Amino acid sequence: MVEVTDVVCSLCGCVCDDITVEVEDNKVTKVKKGACSVGKSKLMGHNRIKSPAIRVNGELKDCSYDEAIKKAAEILAASRRPLLYGWSSTVCEADKVGVELAEEIGAVIDNTASVCHGPSVLAIQDVGLPSCTLGEVKNRADLIIYWGANPAEAHANHMKRYSYVSKGFWTEEGKKAKKLVIVDVRATKTSKMADVFLQLEQGKDYLVFSALRAILYGHADVVPDEVGGVSKKDLLETVEMMKAAKFGMTFFGMGVTHTGARHNNIVNAIQMTRAAHTHTKFSIMPMRGHYNVAGINQVCTWETGFPFAVDLTRGYAWYNPGELSATDLLIRQECDAALVIASDPGAHFPGESIKHLAKIPVIQIDPFPNPTTEFADVVFPVAVSGVEAEGNVYRMDNIPIRLRKLIDSDYPPDEEILKRILDEVRAIKEKEEK
Amino acid sequence: MGTKVNLISGRTTVQGRNLDSKMSEEYFEEVARCDMNKADMEKLGVAAEESVKVKTSYGEVIVKAKEAAGTPEGIAFIPMGPWANALVSGDTHGAGMPSYKGIDAEIEKTGDKVLPVKELMQTYM
Repeated sequence: MVEVTDVVCSLCGCVCDDITVEVEDNKVTKVKKGACSVGKSKLMGHNRIKSPAIRVNGELKDCSYDEAIKKAAEILAASRRPLLYGWSSTVCEADKVGVELAEEIGAVIDNTASVCHGPSVLAIQDVGLPSCTLGEVKNRADLIIYWGANPAEAHANHMKRYSYVSKGFWTEEGKKAKKLVIVDVRATKTSKMADVFLQLEQGKDYLVFSALRAILYGHADVVPDEVGGVSKKDLLETVEMMKAAKFGMTFFGMGVTHTGARHNNIVNAIQMTRAAHTHTKFSIMPMRGHYNVAGINQVCTWETGFPFAVDLTRGYAWYNPGELSATDLLIRQECDAALVIASDPGAHFPGESIKHLAKIPVIQIDPFPNPTTEFADVVFPVAVSGVEAEGNVYRMDNIPIRLRKLIDSDYPPDEEILKRILDEVRAIKEKEEK
Repeated sequence: MGTKVNLISGRTTVQGRNLDSKMSEEYFEEVARCDMNKADMEKLGVAAEESVKVKTSYGEVIVKAKEAAGTPEGIAFIPMGPWANALVSGDTHGAGMPSYKGIDAEIEKTGDKVLPVKELMQTYM
């Protein structure tokens, strides 16, 4: 048995890097400390896709990697409007090859941000983001606001490692010397811990941000007795807490990105942070979901100039979320083939979009079987990044961290499969040109 | 005629624990369910673990009812996953993001069974 310390978790955007595991006979046998129950489940492993496979007469038939590579390359080379989607649960090295493949075949490349924090990206491009690292939050913040987020369930270590419960250089007393504000539609495990719980009416986030902004700017007189289901008294109390903080921090989740006003909600959240600057230090950050969704946004931006929803069919990069986001392409039934990697649109896209995805040839690259496998036509099992393969990822605060390899695997890493598909596509194109 | 609700979806711990194990029984039990307030469940005449049909303009799905005190009256919560998303429109209103929360839905009691994930995905073929 070998004990491995400083293991990095490849599940959520927290990317916890202080985990200790035991490895025996090339298996992770125990997660000793550091991981939450969700991260532990990832490290201990699940049922795998056993073999590469190609769908024949409606059934997936096992085949060799060579045969699957050939088939995938043929599908992509023949496609007139391919979609390359996912990229958030793999490493930046694989994402880089993905962008190269998109350029080679003239594809639209999109990532899971488009159904997660895509609206946050749009808002940040609109008004900027006064943000910081999670280390700064840990060491300085004495007021934490979670808005439309339930970290006790979705990012279970977030409060312990980085925010309300953590103890840092100037926050050595931990939660005793901090305040917690939760803004949500439902009472959740997180809201039970709150000093103030603002339970708003669903979809009224924009109004509540606006009311807080008005009060922060000294215009409490224009705020009515109730805004979006929240009493003026509670709003005034929240603003007093914001003003009294030495360092305030707002984390926001999909409660604000998934509702009515979408990116306008986030613009207003950022403007509320600016309003708070007239009194004290305040910062804001999106609660990114997948462990490397921030990383594919980084890689896609280095390579094309844009973070998601990029069309490379024109010979130059064209960015237009709302037209080129995966769900929009699928609703218009525009793409005629798709490569899905490190994500599961079968489970996480609207039913209306899945209908088209199920009709077109789909290539899936993933360690685990999931609803997308049910309609995939070519399936590649791969190594689990962070357990069986190493590589760089970006934490939710855009800090790069290197995932470690803990055990050996017979499965190839994502990057290798993508490179082989790219080589095969180039060989097909070369042959066609001759 | 069912009860009109505002439908939202989101993460849970057990859903997260099974992100890489979505074909498992535990995922099915956790995700193919609908949280409602006690008052809404009484209005529908359903008990916990009984099936309800949730309908929107974009689709319908059968899930198990579950009482959740934290969910306000008039709100229904289905953990994110294939059952919730069967009810979601693909229209992003030009913003790239579908409306996963704040969907007008109608819920009624049903004797029909909840479709397991493989059968649910078959409905898209």
